[in-house]
Amino acid sequence: MEHALQLEEMQLVEALRAGDERAFEQLIRMYQASLVRVAQMYVSSRSVAEEVVQETWLAVVNGIDRFEGRSSLKTWIFRIVANRAKTRGEREGRTIPFSALGSPEPAVEPERFDRGEWASPPDDWPEERLLGEETLQVIEAAIEDLPETQRTVVTLRDLQGWTADEVCNALDLSETNQRVLLHRGRSKVRRALEAYLAEGQ
Amino acid sequence: MTETVETLSCQELVELVTDYLEGALPAYDRARFDAHIEACDGCTRYLAQIRVTIELTGRLTHEQLDPAAEAALLEAFRDWKTE
Repeated sequence: MEHALQLEEMQLVEALRAGDERAFEQLIRMYQASLVRVAQMYVSSRSVAEEVVQETWLAVVNGIDRFEGRSSLKTWIFRIVANRAKTRGEREGRTIPFSALGSPEPAVEPERFDRGEWASPPDDWPEERLLGEETLQVIEAAIEDLPETQRTVVTLRDLQGWTADEVCNALDLSETNQRVLLHRGRSKVRRALEAYLAEGQ
Repeated sequence: MTETVETLSCQELVELVTDYLEGALPAYDRARFDAHIEACDGCTRYLAQIRVTIELTGRLTHEQLDPAAEAALLEAFRDWKTE
């Protein structure tokens, strides 16, 4: 994929090549948490994931001279972590959880429909409660409760604001599987919100 | 005879919401989706709720990097540079 390197990114790459510590600091602040999250998809534990990320940073620093800007810096860094974590996971004998999506999971409980039409349609959400601080905690808890693959996709897409392409690249997912995981995850978060907002109504 | 478009049920529609929002629905399905939404309050509300869910998720604060981890990485960076 063609990619026009943004000025800001070019400056960051130049600074890294010059060994500028502040540039490195900026990068780890942007990506460390997501790198660990992505690595964790492939390996057995958080500590192994952190090791893989540490190796990734070393590879980034050592390889930055060879970075050609054919992809974004972010895509390049996440390719490195995905490849390393995958190799590590294979050595650990861990199977990647993405290939099998398992059985279908309906977005909405089937009992809410009657012959395909809403029997109990969604209610309007009370704006005042919706915009309360507690609502965000409900969403956070709902995301935390998602199965790991769905949690990772929802976090990267909706919380970190990644594009679908970036997620597919970092997690080695097909576009279809990325959408299925996003769909299942978002549907569950909506259900959790609905349940919370229906309390005490 | 007029051409009939096979209609979408509400239960089918809720499963297409993500593909719809991702722009991944083929034109035919997109037209069926739009036609259904036009006429169905329940599904209109459902779609709006999914949009609100996405929007509110985006307001969650990003994970902060633990200062000790950050310091350790910066320390490592200094070593790498001198290697």
